[in-house]
Amino acid sequence: MDAFQQFLKTFFDWQAMGEVIPSMLTVGLPNTLILAISSGILGSLLGLVLAIMGISRNPIPRWIARIYTDILRGLPAILVIVIIGIGLGPILRQTMGITNPFPLGIFALTLMAAAYMGEIFRSGIQSVDKGQLEASRALGFSYGSAMLLVVIPQGIRRVLPALVNQLIHLIKDSSLIYMLGLLASQREIYRVGNDAAANSGNMSPLIAAGLLYLCMTIPLTHLVNFIDKRMREGRAPKIEPDEAAAVVGKGA
Amino acid sequence: MSDFNSGSLTASNIHLAFGNNKVLRGIDLHVPQGTTASVIGPSGSGKSTLLRVMNRLIEPDQGDIQLDGRSVLQDNPDELRRRIGMVFQQFNLFPHKTVVDNVSLALHKIKKLPKDQARAKAMEQLELVGLAHKADARPGNLSGGQQQRVAIARALAMEPEVMFFDEATSALDPELVKGVLALMTDLAKGGMTMVVVTHEMGFSRNVSDTVTFMDAGVVVETGSPDQLFSEPKTERLKGFLSDVL
Ligand SMILES: Nc1ncnc2c1ncn2[C@@H]1O[C@H](COP(=O)(O)OP(=O)(O)OP(=O)(O)O)[C@@H](O)[C@H]1O
Ligand SMILES: [Mg+2]
Repeated sequence: MDAFQQFLKTFFDWQAMGEVIPSMLTVGLPNTLILAISSGILGSLLGLVLAIMGISRNPIPRWIARIYTDILRGLPAILVIVIIGIGLGPILRQTMGITNPFPLGIFALTLMAAAYMGEIFRSGIQSVDKGQLEASRALGFSYGSAMLLVVIPQGIRRVLPALVNQLIHLIKDSSLIYMLGLLASQREIYRVGNDAAANSGNMSPLIAAGLLYLCMTIPLTHLVNFIDKRMREGRAPKIEPDEAAAVVGKGA
Repeated sequence: MSDFNSGSLTASNIHLAFGNNKVLRGIDLHVPQGTTASVIGPSGSGKSTLLRVMNRLIEPDQGDIQLDGRSVLQDNPDELRRRIGMVFQQFNLFPHKTVVDNVSLALHKIKKLPKDQARAKAMEQLELVGLAHKADARPGNLSGGQQQRVAIARALAMEPEVMFFDEATSALDPELVKGVLALMTDLAKGGMTMVVVTHEMGFSRNVSDTVTFMDAGVVVETGSPDQLFSEPKTERLKGFLSDVL
């Protein structure tokens, strides 16, 4: 067998791929999606709380958010997953009788996602023109209501592309959960591919896993670009020249 | 457009500093009920800051502010601001909400009107400024003049006792200025108490009851439009008028 044949056999063995694809789609894909989406949602919520703490006028919540963010963003993902997933396992088992490491995986991913998303939300909220807060307050809204009703919703809208980006990161980082010793039914895409590769001594199942990741991440990347462009350029504004027609009332 | 529930406004001896920058140095301004006071002066003289202090977006370091003869410095500032409408140079409409929602938001959330009533009232206000047909548009799709009229409707919907205008037409293309000034003139004639910071000397002269000229944080001259524009007493006002007229 020449080198090229060897290469094809190692990476593009259709039979080996065909064998792994069913379990990859029925077991791996749902688990990857559960991990990414649930930590994405929980991470957004916690991130929003961190962002609100981060822009607080009170320095204590501001510092808590700062320290949390610096730590969780500064550590390698694998370290956090192992420390939380394996380290907290026995404690959870003793206190709550939970023996399943899967939720701990979601928890670890959530904690990290929140740190990134918190920074995204904060910068979005802070980029809202300060005239918005001023106009709301001039109407009689309290600082809190003005932030909640007017400023924060605009800040969130603005960072939608960055949030989808985080979802892409989560889809990829969810593969790190393989460290936690999950049940066969809890394996995500990478672990399914890795097990099959180990059994057959062939890389093709991992190539299949890679293709499946790309099927999710590439469209999302383009979605990010699309939203980004749409927001930057906006829908073509249509302004009608009815200014003169609308001159008002008696005193005009 | 008439019969506002308007009140008088008096600011006395207002002082305010940003750090070492003494922006307001003992300002007095009295605006009787139903009258329009215009405030003119060079850039940086403290006109915008004075408006923001009078509705307590910024708290004064010293001085008193009275609405209808009663000091409001002890009141809850949020409640005070509900009684004073404010219109900004940059409109500051909420871009993520439709035109009618811009106007009804505070009616619903602050005045606690049920959603349908808040909307109905907002529609009435939009009718008054000639923009009911834009109710469901986004502010971004309106011209500057239309946006400013929506901003005025938004402020009026709260039934304020006093209206503040901070260079409401400065950001508008020249051909759009007229519609907004016409609306402000209507309000003035309808008996609203107004404080109008403006570079529109025509409006100041023809519509306002009193004109106040500020420079470097003090009131240099104040009086009737005729007094200030025809017989300016100080060199500073003479110089300012020859620059802007
Ligand atoms: N939030 C702020 N913090 C610090 N300094 C400020 C602030 N707002 C205004 N100032 C300063 O106060 C002074 C007066 O500003 P203000 O905006 O009241 O002037 P103005 O008369 O409205 O001028 P313009 O005609 O340009 O609008 C300026 O020196 C300005 O730099
Ligand atoms: Mg100003």
